[in-house]
Amino acid sequence: MDLITIAFYFFGALTIVFGAVVVFSKNIMHAAFSLLFTFFGIAGLYVLLSADFLAITQIMIYIGGILVLIIFGVMLTTRITGVDVKTGKIGKMQLAIGGVLSVLIAATLIMIFTTSAWHTADSKPIESTVNEIGTALLTNYLLAFEAASMLLLIAIVGAAFIARKKH
Amino acid sequence: MTQDLVLPLSLLILLIPLLSFLINIFFGNKLGRISGVVGTTILGIDLGLAIAVAFTKLSSFGEIHVIQNRFEWFSLGSQKIIVGIGIDNIAAIMLIVVTLISFLVHLFSTVYMEGDRRYPKFYAYLGLFTFSMLGIVIANNFLFMYVFWELVGISSYLLIGFWYEKNSASNAGKKAFITNRIGDLGFFIGIMILFFTYGSFMFEDVFAGISSGVMPFSNPTMLTVAGICIFMGAMGKSAQFPLHVWLPDAMEGPTPVSALIHAATMVAAGVYLVAKVFAMFTADALTFIAVIGTITAFISATIALTQVDFKKVLAYSTVSQLGFMIMSLGVGGYTNGFFHLVTHAWFKAALFLAAGSVIHAMHHAMHHMHDHHTDPQDINNMGGLRKTMPWTYRTFLFVTLALSGIPLTSGFLSKDGILAGTMAYANLTGGWHWIIPILAFTAAGMTAFYMFRLTIVAFHGEHKTEIAKHTKENKLPIVLPLVILAFMSLWIFYSPNPIDASKGWFHRMIVQPKSAVPAAYQWSFLLTEEAAPAVHQTGEAAGSTEVKAENPHEVTAAGHTTGHYLNKFQEETHHFHYLAMLLSLLIAGSGIALAFAIYQYKVISADKLETRFKFLHTFSLNKWYFDELYQSTVIAGTLVVSKSLSWFDNYVVDGLVNLSSYVTRGFGYVVGIFDNYVIDGAVNLAANFTGFCGSKLRKLQTGQIQSYVVFVLLGILILLYFFI
Amino acid sequence: MEIGLTHYLVISAILFSLGLYGIITRKHAIMVLMGLELVLNAANINFIAFARYGGMNIEGHIAAIFVIILAAAEAAIALAIVLNIYQNFRHVNVDEVDNLKG
Repeated sequence: MDLITIAFYFFGALTIVFGAVVVFSKNIMHAAFSLLFTFFGIAGLYVLLSADFLAITQIMIYIGGILVLIIFGVMLTTRITGVDVKTGKIGKMQLAIGGVLSVLIAATLIMIFTTSAWHTADSKPIESTVNEIGTALLTNYLLAFEAASMLLLIAIVGAAFIARKKH
Repeated sequence: MTQDLVLPLSLLILLIPLLSFLINIFFGNKLGRISGVVGTTILGIDLGLAIAVAFTKLSSFGEIHVIQNRFEWFSLGSQKIIVGIGIDNIAAIMLIVVTLISFLVHLFSTVYMEGDRRYPKFYAYLGLFTFSMLGIVIANNFLFMYVFWELVGISSYLLIGFWYEKNSASNAGKKAFITNRIGDLGFFIGIMILFFTYGSFMFEDVFAGISSGVMPFSNPTMLTVAGICIFMGAMGKSAQFPLHVWLPDAMEGPTPVSALIHAATMVAAGVYLVAKVFAMFTADALTFIAVIGTITAFISATIALTQVDFKKVLAYSTVSQLGFMIMSLGVGGYTNGFFHLVTHAWFKAALFLAAGSVIHAMHHAMHHMHDHHTDPQDINNMGGLRKTMPWTYRTFLFVTLALSGIPLTSGFLSKDGILAGTMAYANLTGGWHWIIPILAFTAAGMTAFYMFRLTIVAFHGEHKTEIAKHTKENKLPIVLPLVILAFMSLWIFYSPNPIDASKGWFHRMIVQPKSAVPAAYQWSFLLTEEAAPAVHQTGEAAGSTEVKAENPHEVTAAGHTTGHYLNKFQEETHHFHYLAMLLSLLIAGSGIALAFAIYQYKVISADKLETRFKFLHTFSLNKWYFDELYQSTVIAGTLVVSKSLSWFDNYVVDGLVNLSSYVTRGFGYVVGIFDNYVIDGAVNLAANFTGFCGSKLRKLQTGQIQSYVVFVLLGILILLYFFI
Repeated sequence: MEIGLTHYLVISAILFSLGLYGIITRKHAIMVLMGLELVLNAANINFIAFARYGGMNIEGHIAAIFVIILAAAEAAIALAIVLNIYQNFRHVNVDEVDNLKG
């Protein structure tokens, strides 16, 4: 077991375990903080996959942005001090359906992933991807990039509009 | 003016009155009183053009038979329809006749029709009428002739029934139209026979075909039939016996219209037609024409003797004079017949316009006296108009002299020629044909009598009523046309010699066309000198070979003026000239004397004569009971037929229709049931099924996002398993 | 055993299923959102893994970046909606927000 393998299993376990905590936890604050670790694990996996730029992005945007946003949401909609922090009771039927479906999907996907003969190619010498991503975004993907910036702007304005109190 | 200009200008002459029609019909309401001025001005321009064209044709190209063009209008399969317009000498003269009289009538009407509610419309109709008549004049084929012929029919209908609020006027319009249709049917059949045989509507093609010996249905009798059929059109329009009944009724129209119809346009069309196609009539057809003309001339003259309506007398006189023209053409006196048409046009227009002047004055007087019941047209209500309306009287008297055939008038020249022609004809053919000159002379005598009766009763003596006393001479636009027309009736316009027209320009220009009919079927005396001997030699075998086929119109005026007569008939006419002149003068003179004796000096009592010849008088007064005869035969027969047809319609046809409707209804009922239960059932079933499904499926729409996600996932799973 | 493409794919598959389970079973709207984030991240892992083992393509990274952008926008809008729901219903239980029930 070399270092890479150990790192992989570490980050993989980190991701899955905390992911499970996110969905199974009854306490919403616990779930939110578990999500932090899940994202962190994913960032680690990115590093192992030589995606340095994306690993940094993952940490900065997901943990620094989205997760903070979610926690704000939790705090704005839930009386943290009260019992209501826990999510409400869930019907057994719903649980059963969700469980069965999820297991089925997982089993199916894993089966597909493991049995497929994936075409792999030898990788180029691995170097920093930041340069390439920057070039690609401003050349081949310029239109999509601009559209995405417009989308974010609209999302910000729209979110502010939707969330404001109506009088 | 060159020859090329004649036809375009003629076309312009034709179209200008149409312009007047269009202006007045579309902008009449805006123009109001101006429309009369507009119409008169337009016709004045037209008249100027017509004079220019006619003068050019007669003076520069008189020896050319006809200036014409021909073009293909359209083709029916392989059959090309060739049409065109053409100006020959008679057309040139007719152009002047039509436009001048139309112009004067327009002028006259500006005063006469003043204050009429449909004043602009009147001018529109006059324009249409003039247009139609000019179309007949410049047509050089049967097709155009027929088209404009019908246009004349419809415009006469519009004008005669102009005061359609009056029942009698609208009836008269219908009568004129329907009576004309009978003649037109014959005309149409005649045209079709000729077209079927010769494959062309053009006069020249038809004549060339006839002279080359081709007969309709290979039967010379059919050529006679075709001629008579075409003549039937002329009978309708020119009011020949037995289709003359419409003309007196047409007096219901405004008087200027009567002048236009009876002098220049409609009735002239028939005579003009006969003159145009004169070359194609066989001897038998000509005899028929002569007989019809003679009967018409005689009968209507007798009727005119007793009429008391001012316009009715003139109407029957018109019919009678038209009979003279037709008779003259029938006996072969082509030139004199057409000559009489022209001279008659002037003085008959003058007579009618004078009548209009009198009636207008009577109307005004009645209006002045607040009298609305007296008949302003009854000559017994007039009398003494000589004093109150001097100009009308003078012109009326002069044109009466012209109509009676007194020397120094144009009427004398033409009527004398006709009478001489009938004598020549009777002498050449012999036998019962002598009846024709006898009746003709009688009618001429009666003409003189009834015209002077009219003049004396209406104008001479004392005022018979207060109304007559209050009449006044009319304004210039009414008097001026009278004077112009009376002036046109002087002999000097036609011949320098007041007793013989045969040396005048008219006879030089209007030359009898060479008959196209093969010699075997034509009077030998009507054939030209070259052809006639051949008949004697070969007798019955005379056929196409003897008659020059190239061009039947190659006759020029040159040969005529040298004193060389075209045919034996003309020579004979010349022989009878002085005898006929003396006889006609004698007869006319005695007619006039009789009229003076009875009505002016009362030497003979009119009442006594009336009681003495009670039967004849009633017979004449009731117009030979023609209307009653038609009423009881033709009209009653038509009614019986239409009634039985109506019965047939009501019971048999309607029965069938009703039966079929019942069957349809029954079928429809069955179909309705099928619709209600089967088709609607199926539709309802489908709808109900859909509704049922919907009501079940709506349960799936829980509104919960999570359940939707579950369904999506299920779908994805299924897809995954499906593809892998 | 050498760590290869399949390992990463299996991890992403498990993470994906966990996300789904969260989406389906949780009542709290924000919990549902967290499940959604898990699903998106699982997809991102796939993108990166395929990019890495498919010859170090940059395209996979680009796609992942756009997913992250979309996730950010989605989170913003979704939270705004959640806040709106909270204002209207005084709770954020998604199974009780069923006004579109057929």
